[in-house]
Amino acid sequence: MAAGAVVLLIVAFLIRESVPALSTIGIGRFLHDPSWHPAGEASAGTFNLVPMLVGTLYLSLGALLLAVPAGVASAVFCQFYAPGRVAAVYRRSMELLAGVPSVVYGFWGLVTLVPLIRRLEPPGQSLLAGILILALMVLPTVALTAVAALAAVPRSYLQGAAALGLGRWATARRVALPAALPGILSGALLAAARAVGETMAVLMVCGNLVQVPSSLFDPVRALTANIALEMGYATAQHRSALFVSGLVLIVVIALLMALVERWGERADA
Amino acid sequence: MSRNRQVLWPFFSGVLLTTLLAACGPPGGGNSEGDALAGKVVLTGSSTIAPLMTEIAQRFEARHPRARIDVQTGGSSRGIADAGSGLADIGMSSRGLTTEEAAGLEAHTLAFDGVAFVVHGSNPVESLTDEQLLALYTGQVEDWSALGGKAGPITVVHRAAGRSEVELVAAYFGIEPEAIQADLISGENQHAIKTVAGDPNAIVYVSLGAAQRAAAEGQPVKLLPLRGIAATVEAVAATVGETYPLARPLLLLTAKGTALSPLAQAFLDFARSAENDDLIEALAYVPPPR
Repeated sequence: MAAGAVVLLIVAFLIRESVPALSTIGIGRFLHDPSWHPAGEASAGTFNLVPMLVGTLYLSLGALLLAVPAGVASAVFCQFYAPGRVAAVYRRSMELLAGVPSVVYGFWGLVTLVPLIRRLEPPGQSLLAGILILALMVLPTVALTAVAALAAVPRSYLQGAAALGLGRWATARRVALPAALPGILSGALLAAARAVGETMAVLMVCGNLVQVPSSLFDPVRALTANIALEMGYATAQHRSALFVSGLVLIVVIALLMALVERWGERADA
Repeated sequence: MSRNRQVLWPFFSGVLLTTLLAACGPPGGGNSEGDALAGKVVLTGSSTIAPLMTEIAQRFEARHPRARIDVQTGGSSRGIADAGSGLADIGMSSRGLTTEEAAGLEAHTLAFDGVAFVVHGSNPVESLTDEQLLALYTGQVEDWSALGGKAGPITVVHRAAGRSEVELVAAYFGIEPEAIQADLISGENQHAIKTVAGDPNAIVYVSLGAAQRAAAEGQPVKLLPLRGIAATVEAVAATVGETYPLARPLLLLTAKGTALSPLAQAFLDFARSAENDDLIEALAYVPPPR
């Protein structure tokens, strides 16, 4: 309850800090200005958030497209195919992966992954690098919630499938996965929320150019990385505009959480 | 009725608790009775100067155990604003002041720092003229072969808007920061240096001290000379001969007309004394001529 109160206070603070920008710059300009070149004065700068919003969405969608199939497939492997000890090792390594700090992922991406991508197409720091790093970061979330969801499938379903003579793959595909779908969906939406909110790793590997990317190898800037880059040096309207982008992020995450409420289900429910 | 109370009571107690916590702040920075050098001093501003001031503050606190020096970042603009408004006792700025800003503030030089253009260690280019650098950074030159290097597309790395390096370079070339056409944008100095170290075709501008330290640590980066003057800390501080042209002062700012508390004044005098030259040099900044 107190935690809920804190969240409400945070949102109220964001709204309060965004009001100066929303009133002097106006929502229209956040959508239609020619570029993002903010200045302390509303009249002097341009404040288009759309390329960065698109960047955040492309990064998160790309990461989910990679992480959800891989996570679900590895969860099926863990639950239905792996011998007991291998499954235990797999779960521990997923938990370890989930605990790696994001700045470490970013650093590894900058030093190892980006030069590899640069060989394919310069400059290397790109949408693709961001998607790969984010996929790696959210994969444990998807995998662990999928494992929990599959483990919560009632034994009677599995026994029924065995009684009908279904093999392992058929049981997994036709019986267990459909039953576990709400839990897997929750995991995917939680992963999406994490991907949307990720800051350090995307700041380090995405190139931070404010543009709508036309190819996987184009640099992008996420809304989160934008706040991290510019908050330290922003004054007045620029700072307020950054709070507006923070508000946009909160709205996106709130929408995702509402979807979890609606469609998802806790694995132990 | 009782079920509502079960929900509402914890909620409102949570709101109350959070509000009370927010209202709590550090005790007002005054000197306590007895020891004149006790209390709190707040510094805000440039993230370039902050690590240096943190080291100096630790030295000061070791000598005056009842003093607390709070060093916060937030950028040079924040340091200038806070020093003027009184939110901070001392502001830190890594750029010179505009005439408007200088009207209300006194600037005390702590040290100097240069901004160097850095390329990969394997890049055969040894130097670039101002015109070539400007052409490069405004997108008119796209290949290293036009500058005497190995053929390959130039990766122009720019820095985040509002950083003092950006303003310094833009002022040096006489252009607006928006005119710079970049392929990538890096945040902190270390991020920029790592970007160049991983890309043989990249060029970036960073704090000269940070670049020189990175080169000394063995990272594959090379600092380019400007107008024929090598990018070294000696050239930044040179009072005889030629001074490195792209240098900036690291300033400590106090409000004009308002006297500092005895503790803050003592700290300011200590920070600017020659005792801290070793700390300044360890961070590859340049002590001011004494």
